[in-house]
Amino acid sequence: MTRGVAVQLTDLRRTYSGVNALDGLTLHLEPGELVALLGPSGCGKTTALRCLAGLEDPDSGRVEVGGKDLTKVSTNKRDMGMVFQAYSLFPHLTARQNVEFGLQLRKQGSEQRRRRSAEMLELVGLSAHVDKYAHQMSGGQQQRVALARALAIEPQVLLLDEPLSALDAKVRTQLRDEIRRIQLEVGTTTLFVTHDQEEALAIADRVGVMRSGKLLQLAAPQELYSRPADDFVADFVGLTNRVVGTSRGTTAEALGASLPLLPGSATEGTVTVLIRPEHLTVTQDAQGSAVVISSSFLGAQGRVVVSPGEDLQQVLVQVPSAAVADFAPGDRVTLRPVGAPALAVARG
Amino acid sequence: MADTARRGALAGRRPSGALLGVVPFFVYVTVFLIVPTLVVVVGAFIATGPGGQGALSLANIRALAQPAVTSALWHSLILSAVTAVAGAVIGALLAYAVSTAKPDGVLRRFTTSLCGVLAQFGGVALAFAFLATFGATGYLTNVLASTGLDDTGGLWLYEWNKGLMLVYLYFQIPLMLIVFLPAVEGLRPQWREAAETLGGSTWLYWRKVAAPILFPSFVGALLLLFTNAFSAYATAAALVSQGSPLLPLAIGGTLNSEVILGQENVGKAMALLMVVVVAAVMTLYAAIDRRASRWLAR
Amino acid sequence: MSGIRATRRRRQSVLRWVVVTVSMVFFAAPLAGMLDFTTKDAQGRRTAATWAKLVDVEGISRDYPDLAAGFTASVGLAVLTVVVMLVLLVPTMTWVRLRVPGLSRTVEFLCLLPLTVPAIVLVVGLTPVYSWVTYFLGESTIWLGFAYVILVLPYAYRSIDVGLRAIDVKTLSEAARSLGAGWGRVMVRVVLPNLRTAVLSAAFLAVALTLGEFTIANLFSRTNLQVAMFLLGKSDAQISVAVGLAALVFAFIVLFGLSFVGGRSHSRKENS
Repeated sequence: MTRGVAVQLTDLRRTYSGVNALDGLTLHLEPGELVALLGPSGCGKTTALRCLAGLEDPDSGRVEVGGKDLTKVSTNKRDMGMVFQAYSLFPHLTARQNVEFGLQLRKQGSEQRRRRSAEMLELVGLSAHVDKYAHQMSGGQQQRVALARALAIEPQVLLLDEPLSALDAKVRTQLRDEIRRIQLEVGTTTLFVTHDQEEALAIADRVGVMRSGKLLQLAAPQELYSRPADDFVADFVGLTNRVVGTSRGTTAEALGASLPLLPGSATEGTVTVLIRPEHLTVTQDAQGSAVVISSSFLGAQGRVVVSPGEDLQQVLVQVPSAAVADFAPGDRVTLRPVGAPALAVARG
Repeated sequence: MADTARRGALAGRRPSGALLGVVPFFVYVTVFLIVPTLVVVVGAFIATGPGGQGALSLANIRALAQPAVTSALWHSLILSAVTAVAGAVIGALLAYAVSTAKPDGVLRRFTTSLCGVLAQFGGVALAFAFLATFGATGYLTNVLASTGLDDTGGLWLYEWNKGLMLVYLYFQIPLMLIVFLPAVEGLRPQWREAAETLGGSTWLYWRKVAAPILFPSFVGALLLLFTNAFSAYATAAALVSQGSPLLPLAIGGTLNSEVILGQENVGKAMALLMVVVVAAVMTLYAAIDRRASRWLAR
Repeated sequence: MSGIRATRRRRQSVLRWVVVTVSMVFFAAPLAGMLDFTTKDAQGRRTAATWAKLVDVEGISRDYPDLAAGFTASVGLAVLTVVVMLVLLVPTMTWVRLRVPGLSRTVEFLCLLPLTVPAIVLVVGLTPVYSWVTYFLGESTIWLGFAYVILVLPYAYRSIDVGLRAIDVKTLSEAARSLGAGWGRVMVRVVLPNLRTAVLSAAFLAVALTLGEFTIANLFSRTNLQVAMFLLGKSDAQISVAVGLAALVFAFIVLFGLSFVGGRSHSRKENS
């Protein structure tokens, strides 16, 4: 039952007292798609979402939903379901009354409202808590009610403004997966704003990385991770080692190996090569030039910190967790890239 | 030295030793609060008349039915209710207006500081301020007279249902701001935004969300204003020099020379009446405040 | 592009200024009356004579001995009230929190009880108590401070309670005692410094209430500042009104200044 509509943000600009919160943001969401906007705080991701909701006026630019220009339409006529960071439930209403709030505004009869709210609360797994007030529910339950309330009005677009950031780690992953399940079920076009890269990668069809009001890259999670457009994206999404190397056009020499370069890399001279921890290996070698600084066991995997040699930055290597015990601080090792494509940037 | 300290600590661990620490507080409160309260409560039931000197009696309570007392009580209730309602409405409006200003801005600091002072400004100085403004030689008296609003030459100021009400509002409105502003600030912006995204207009937000959430706080503050006016003595005493149109003035009168022989303890009965009214209102306030703080906990 | 939001903000700020302006006019009118009254001579001409008299400390104590006495008495009362209030409340409340938490409801009830016992009622009940106070300590005005402590109790309790909630007294005192401090040292060196803001605001409330107190002093026929102003109002109202206005302006300046200090300490708390 896909009833999603396309969303188009065109050249949005917004300035707060001289600071560009949005600097010409253009973003397209396909019908039914879930796009996550990811970036550090102050990058403009929340401003973008609020402009789409109508809670913020862009200085210039256009907001279109389903082909209709909504730039000048006020929030209450935009038909958006929104879930806030926290504390957005009306405290004087029960969970059910919260969910029915939007339905009541749409002049639905009490019988119809009741059916719909029961259905929505069941969808988010809260059938047992319909008559509870916000202060009687946990943070996770409150966010579920907020989600049910936003979806109950069958909005054109679902907006999620860091809905998980106030929750405990465990509840966060659980609710994250559930949001994705529900979103796929109802098929509503969704914009999800977060500063947590793991969350964005796990939930979204496509992830947009923002910085200083600009969209740096918009791509599917795998592509964003394996082919970052620049070093900011590479750094922000996943862990990255910065290694000195020499660029030779389509390849680069680094750590004694030749690595294929990703598009957009610097093509000549001394460069910084960005290599993921899982794209490096370490082996015990009494004649090796690298030295183990520390090793740690992280459950599913292990991590070894290695100094490749004098004057070089330490690097992080991912190893199987069973191998952690093989490396003690001070051990001599050999460090080798596995040869996966990497990004090289000019040394600044 | 360290030894005695340790022994002291061990001794202190016994409950009786720990209780010793609160003895001074309880003694003080007993002498200066409990005893006076008991004096009032017990005294109200002890006859002082020629017939039953010192005997338990309901004579003082019955004496409350005399017209002078009932009218004083009635006036006090009306004055308190009117200034509480008017003060609450105007003060709430002012609190909302101030809440829309920047939290650290000068307007906010200025208004809250001013109201903090004015809310405690009852008494002699306040009476003088209104005399200097609306009294016989007040600078607004002529203005009022020339517009035909006041043909009494400022005498309305001394009447409990005219001047006193205005004077009381002068500390009731600021008190409302101080008490109610935290509640208005407790309204989360998310509630308004959630209401908007769900399709509600500004008017609907106020009617269906903000008003119901603020209602308990508003009623609580109103009750507080009521007791504030009901128990105020100084302002009225400084302004009204003849008669005892209000309950506090009537009680004060029994402490001066105006006591009719045999009715010394009627003052205590009136004081008891006052405590009963205030305690009833404060109990209601406590119940309402608990609900309000649950909704608006920050 | 003029947005929907901007329009609403403009409307909001218009409403704000209208409401605030109207309120300020109401608040200012009687104060202007005081200023007007104190700057007029018998012929209705402007003069600063009253204010000049007020600034002349020696002249005041010579020409208005009652006012000077009332002022001195009120300052003494303020000091006594603050000291007794702090000595009584801070150790008791800390002690209850640490050692006898079962009594916390009782202490709270007793501290808030004066809210339901208006000053005028307290006067009625205090009459016999004060005949004993007079018998033991003499008839000085300053002993009214004992009753003022009761009046201040609810407000002082609340502000110290807020202060105690903000710090973890139990852990702090356990830490201090594990390092070898006795209870006295815990109180003076550990608890009190951490309650600075709360103690300050409780003291400020106590001073404000004491300087403004009229009911008890008047009915016990003692002369404090307010009673002196009241009595003087009948003979030389101008100087009396001037004192009232000066006190009000002074209190406002203190509170306005404190609002900036308070704001700064709050943001510091958030940063750490």
